[in-house]
Amino acid sequence: MTYTSEGIQLHSSPESTSKQWLLYRPGGDMQWCFSQVKGAIDDDVAEADIISTVEFNHTGELLATGDKGGRVVIFQQEIENKNHPQFRSEYNVYSTFQSHEPEFDYLKSLEIEEKINKIRWLPQKNAAQFLLSTNDKTIKLWKISERDKRPEGYNLKEEDGRYKDPNTITSLRVPVLIPMDLMVEASPRRVFANAHTYHINSISVNSDNETYLSADDLRINLWHLEITDRSFNIVDIKPANMEELTEVITAAEFHPHQCNTFVYSSSKGTIRLCDMRVSALCDKHSKLFEEPEDPSNRSFFSEIISSISDVKFSHNGRYMMTRDYLSMKIWDLNMENRPVETYQVHEYLRSKLCSLYENDCIFDKFECCWNGNDSVVMTGSYNNFFRIFDRGHRRDVTLEASRENSKPMQVLKPRKVCAGGKRKKDEISVDSLDFNKKILHTAWHPQDNIITVATTNNLYIFQDKVN
Amino acid sequence: MEVNAEARRILAVSISKLYASRSQRGGLRLHRSLLLSLVMRSESDSDEEGCDNEITEDKENLSPARQSRKRRGKASVAPDFLPIKRARLESGEDRYAAPLSSCRAGESLAALSLNRVIPAF
Repeated sequence: MTYTSEGIQLHSSPESTSKQWLLYRPGGDMQWCFSQVKGAIDDDVAEADIISTVEFNHTGELLATGDKGGRVVIFQQEIENKNHPQFRSEYNVYSTFQSHEPEFDYLKSLEIEEKINKIRWLPQKNAAQFLLSTNDKTIKLWKISERDKRPEGYNLKEEDGRYKDPNTITSLRVPVLIPMDLMVEASPRRVFANAHTYHINSISVNSDNETYLSADDLRINLWHLEITDRSFNIVDIKPANMEELTEVITAAEFHPHQCNTFVYSSSKGTIRLCDMRVSALCDKHSKLFEEPEDPSNRSFFSEIISSISDVKFSHNGRYMMTRDYLSMKIWDLNMENRPVETYQVHEYLRSKLCSLYENDCIFDKFECCWNGNDSVVMTGSYNNFFRIFDRGHRRDVTLEASRENSKPMQVLKPRKVCAGGKRKKDEISVDSLDFNKKILHTAWHPQDNIITVATTNNLYIFQDKVN
Repeated sequence: MEVNAEARRILAVSISKLYASRSQRGGLRLHRSLLLSLVMRSESDSDEEGCDNEITEDKENLSPARQSRKRRGKASVAPDFLPIKRARLESGEDRYAAPLSSCRAGESLAALSLNRVIPAF
């Protein structure tokens, strides 16, 4: 660990290259500034433009988004001075491609949506980048590569590609590579199809960099990245009699370091940790994480709000975080009976569950994310609010993603919701919240204090204020 | 009584949501349908408890002769606008084979009892 002249601690991340550093300010106070916003300004939102997933790659240089129209847009951070990463640059569009198209299941007379449910990057092995994208039924492996040279001077072909008359060829020459404008190509390398009866909700790349899992409502399959015509079913919770179904799988993820371990969450609020070394079919969990329900909070909607919408391991692999409708919980993998930390995201909504049920908001699936060194966690809420919880300093803040606060480097003002009683100045009452404006997808740069949150069809990028 | 009225209202909302799910893109979502059915079950259980509480109160106040009052079954929980008679199928036809997302005229989703929603998947 080294110190700059300002007393700022610089940590090197174990996964980083030598040029990337974590930057943390003493005291834990982070002020967030607006950096960029991507997307249309129109209030009239096309459904295809609704962002459905956001994911940084392992270095944070690339940021991928998926939308309901089946498209993937990748942004690249233009780092002007790679030796001093604290001088961050902007994210610009790097590549755009149509990942999935709408399909039709003729057997079940069902349309298969093209909406991208999840994107996961593979660790980079060579010059090209690879990512997995999935809709409800099919996972695809995409290769994103750069081309900045083209061959010129073919012996047998004209420049426009037409073949020459062989009688006119009098000499032999070797084509040479000449520079051209950078072109980024996205090509599908693998298609993993026909393995899921139910809707895919998660994909997760294993730390062995050879396999990955895909999870739907009732089953989890293990794939090899090179093999598309078969997968292993490792979890199957479908009952023999569907009338006995009581829970579904809502999310799944591999452990970041232990290639034999994964977790999956359920609609009942439980998380199961499974070890693939124990048996081929991991129906019996190794650990079951569950917190007893508080009987004083029991209501008609208790089952819905206890359903876990996201589960994420910490980067160090010691903890995992779960998100249910009203809260986030941090679990120590060595303690199953209760979480070690619980953060209330928007407890003021507990008295509004009936209304939220009627307007369908209670079914919203919020995601959550860790920062690079697992000291801070973040999740979204309504009214385009998002919440950041500093675990170490026991502080939390509510911020808003809004075009009104979108001046370059404008510091975001903390927002406060008035749950009841007299509303103070600058507070917003619960009844004034716009439940159509929701932040379901958030992501944190793996090595820097850069965060991105997705509103309905806009992607906001914020960074902490660098003095 | 207010609780029962609220429970019935939420039950009606739940049934309409389940019905609306049939026409959404991508077909019925198992997770959502399960949660809806759990809410409906909570409502109907609550409604039964409400009836039982009424009977219990009656028991406290009334003579034993009136304790044989008939309990209201689950079928009476459904709102008034739903058809009274359940759709009858031909003998030998698998009632639960048809997916809820298929377009079959005359088949009322509301006619399905609570524990029949999920087997349709």
